[in-house]
Amino acid sequence: MAIPAEDKNQVPVMLEDLDPEKVKNRLIKKYPPKVARKRAKQIVVNKVDSDGTVPQIGSNVRTVPGLISQRGCCYAGCKGVVLGPTRDIINITHGPVGCGFYSWLTRRNQTDPDTTPGGHNFMTYCFTTDMQEEEIIFGGEKKLKQAILEAYDNFHPKAIAVFSTCPVGLIGDDVHAVCREMKEKLGINIFGFSCEGYKGVSQSAGHHIANNGIFTHVVGTDDTVKAGDYKINLLGEYNIGGDAFEIERLFEACGITLVSTYSGNSSIDAFANSHTADLNLIMCHRSINYVAEMMEKKYGLPWTKVNFIGAAATAKSLRKIAAYFEDQKLIDRVEHVIAEELPVVEKACAEIRPRTQGKRAMLFVGGSRAHHYQELFAELGMKTLSAGYEFAHRDDYEGRRVLPDIKVDADSRNIQELQVEPDPIKFNPRKNEKEIRALTVKGVEFAGYRGMMPEMENGSLVIDDISQHETDKMIAMFKPDIFCAGIKEKYAVQKHGIPLKQLHSYDYGGPYAGFKGAINFYKEIDRMINSRIRDYLKAPWQKAPELAAKYGCD
Amino acid sequence: MLLRHTTKEIKERKALMVNPAKTCQPIGAMYAALGVHACLPHSHGSQGCYAYHRSTLTRHYKEPVMAATSAFTEGASVFGGQANLLQAIDNIFTVYEPEVIAVHTTCLSETIGDDIPQIVKKAEADGKIPAGKYVFHANTPSYVGSHVTGFSNMTKAMVDYFSEKNGRKTNAINLIPGFVEPADMSEIKRMAAALGVDVIMFPDTANVLNGPLTGKFKMYPEGGVTIEQLKLTGWSTGTIALGEMASGAAAKALDAKCKVPCRVLNLPIGLHDTDIFIDTLHRMAGVNVPEEINLERGQLVDAISDWQQYLYGKRVALVGDPDQLLSLTRFLVALDMKPVYMVTGSPAGKKYAQALQGTVAEIPDQVQIKVPGDMFLLHQWIKNEPVDLIIGNTYAKYIARDEDIPLVRFGFPILDRLGHSYFSTFGYRGALRLLEKMLNALLDRKDRDSSDIEFELVM
Repeated sequence: MAIPAEDKNQVPVMLEDLDPEKVKNRLIKKYPPKVARKRAKQIVVNKVDSDGTVPQIGSNVRTVPGLISQRGCCYAGCKGVVLGPTRDIINITHGPVGCGFYSWLTRRNQTDPDTTPGGHNFMTYCFTTDMQEEEIIFGGEKKLKQAILEAYDNFHPKAIAVFSTCPVGLIGDDVHAVCREMKEKLGINIFGFSCEGYKGVSQSAGHHIANNGIFTHVVGTDDTVKAGDYKINLLGEYNIGGDAFEIERLFEACGITLVSTYSGNSSIDAFANSHTADLNLIMCHRSINYVAEMMEKKYGLPWTKVNFIGAAATAKSLRKIAAYFEDQKLIDRVEHVIAEELPVVEKACAEIRPRTQGKRAMLFVGGSRAHHYQELFAELGMKTLSAGYEFAHRDDYEGRRVLPDIKVDADSRNIQELQVEPDPIKFNPRKNEKEIRALTVKGVEFAGYRGMMPEMENGSLVIDDISQHETDKMIAMFKPDIFCAGIKEKYAVQKHGIPLKQLHSYDYGGPYAGFKGAINFYKEIDRMINSRIRDYLKAPWQKAPELAAKYGCD
Repeated sequence: MLLRHTTKEIKERKALMVNPAKTCQPIGAMYAALGVHACLPHSHGSQGCYAYHRSTLTRHYKEPVMAATSAFTEGASVFGGQANLLQAIDNIFTVYEPEVIAVHTTCLSETIGDDIPQIVKKAEADGKIPAGKYVFHANTPSYVGSHVTGFSNMTKAMVDYFSEKNGRKTNAINLIPGFVEPADMSEIKRMAAALGVDVIMFPDTANVLNGPLTGKFKMYPEGGVTIEQLKLTGWSTGTIALGEMASGAAAKALDAKCKVPCRVLNLPIGLHDTDIFIDTLHRMAGVNVPEEINLERGQLVDAISDWQQYLYGKRVALVGDPDQLLSLTRFLVALDMKPVYMVTGSPAGKKYAQALQGTVAEIPDQVQIKVPGDMFLLHQWIKNEPVDLIIGNTYAKYIARDEDIPLVRFGFPILDRLGHSYFSTFGYRGALRLLEKMLNALLDRKDRDSSDIEFELVM
């Protein structure tokens, strides 16, 4: 998919037959001047230099009021995304009923409760304090305490987490004090998250708050070392449509021991001893890199970026794990699994590819998927014209090399940055500096992520936090063959007659990760792109209106 | 088991709601505002609210749901959301060009006490509202009432802002349909047209949230009540409000403001409540009921007579919104079914609970009603003594599967089936459809459960 850097400079910087700079101007032309200036920084024509540097993109900045963005809130990122998929914590939403209701079962995180002793699964339930006017005026701490008590009495969970919604922060309920008190009283782990919806500028703030909370209250509380070889944690994989199950299947086939997944198909017990693994793998860099960083500092586990979206990427990621453990037995087994599975995927792809070759995609979603899914489209011979994230930061676009240059604004400063020190007893660097250097030479890059833009073609448009207006304009100008976004965008795009693939919920399909997932995705894109529905839009009499006149004369 | 922690033992809960049978006000306000032509609903709060409401409505309708947000940050939450709303109004009129913006508040902006009329006045003074365009608003604190309250407040705001009185009268009847499906709104209009009654319906989401696929996206679809029509509601002969909780407030406000007399009826679901609707409409408008409607009624009665044996005595658990629940329960009783458990999440009040109790006064079984209650409690009742049928929104399917009880999807939201957008459950035809759905559920179950020997060809 990515053209080698030296070739890129020779490609004339055009996006199909349009000048991308002019396209950009057309996207922002209608905006009031101040808005146009702001959006201009978030819309970038990609240009990859020979050393891999790309232009700076404005991102993780405030949403423009009234512009109709795709974004959600801090609470959604914390409770919905990161903590939602953990089945055995009772997640109580402290606030009016809505927030808990809307985040009830709507993210499609599959889970298999029978794989943990006790078999707890609270994901099918919605727990809320259903805050009323009285609590807004007099405070909600009393009701929260009572709610925790009732959750304990009715369900006897191992852990309870509390999530604050907007008004809770305003009225000043101290959820953390309530949690501490109830933890003491009930003897189970109880902790709170100050993830009020107005914090930060998007879901991203909620991811960070969730990472901090799990790290503070759960990670490292159980030192039991799981049996098995090659122990890893998989971070930022949420098991939408069963993705994590497919990845788990591959790990098992390779003999890799999965200690914990953050947080698809997860149990709180696995977070508690996840510091005993020997390597952290990061799927969704945006939502989970904080935990990886903190675990490295405190416990000495290195982390590396992987991607199980796309057959080639899956094979590459498995090889990376094998290379890290430097054990020929594992390397052989991984090669055996790849040799067994990859040909099946390649055969499926070859069968479909003639029907998808040369088709054009746009992806505007999330904090990693707009990047990862370009792999699958490339395997189908498709081109990504334009892509962007909903809530990512510059490092997700431009790579972590820009981290030192990112200016922290007021909205991000409000999100706590935990100060982590090496644990005096448990810190154990898994590799020494020399080993790290040797592995880096072999292609196992540690604590690195190159970002999306270096892998996109020159001239493609990168649009951060795309608006409804820009979406409409891009569709009108390019008429892509497929557009990827979420549920809110789906039907507006499809009214244009262009299929929209949801990359949050997968349109209730999947899995798309790993080898089997890739085949599912190829089939799905074939179905969507080659659907006959566009032939149905006009009735016969709309296609040939003169017929009516003719018969009318008869 | 999906709800594996739900036990028979019912413990009193004072603070913890589990599996709510309601959601918050702003989504109802957003839905109502979508029933105004060329209106962009605007959520004055943090952006998560509008993202959640748009997502939920989109999943229910499989249609574009356009709305905007003030996108509060922490700063706006401390200093107030005026700057955000002013900027939003400017951006919306400049970029998306609606005829009208309908602002609703959220728990966030209500808690900090933003004064929307004052902010709108400032927008007007700053020249941010183009000539001939409108901004109106409703206060919809999420910590009061439910999504139905939000619908009611936004519908009332249409009256407060737009209804005019100038002493003249038209023959039109105002119809306030309640928090119901676009298909239901179409059916009400169809029945009124059959009677030859000129109506103004508000809000009206028909052809907005069940639009066609033509290859062109219209930000503002064809449907919806226009501002001109809303102004004329003050001239109408009378108002019929369907559903006390969703529509009563607007009808009473219109009566107080423009002296348009109103009747607040149950939703026309089932035989008797449709009878009352048709009877009231024809009297108020001074028209005769045409043969067409008599025929539809006769067909419904005929179908009840033909199929009642399969419904008789069946125990039913219901969860839904107050207005729907009341009419539906009355219909089930009329069919000789036994609605034994009823839950609504909305705090509809004691009078409402008594009215609901009244509809099932003749049922010999022990009846349980909780207003407001949650679906966890409903499930516990079912565990204690099962039912033959569950009627509720999509969330009820978790109970239905665990307990192996047939489910008829009815209410909001329905996230997993086709139908509610296109096929109404209102009027005699709608009652026929409800009858069909309940019979299919019960008879499919009978077919599944009968032995090879007892399996019937004809039913």
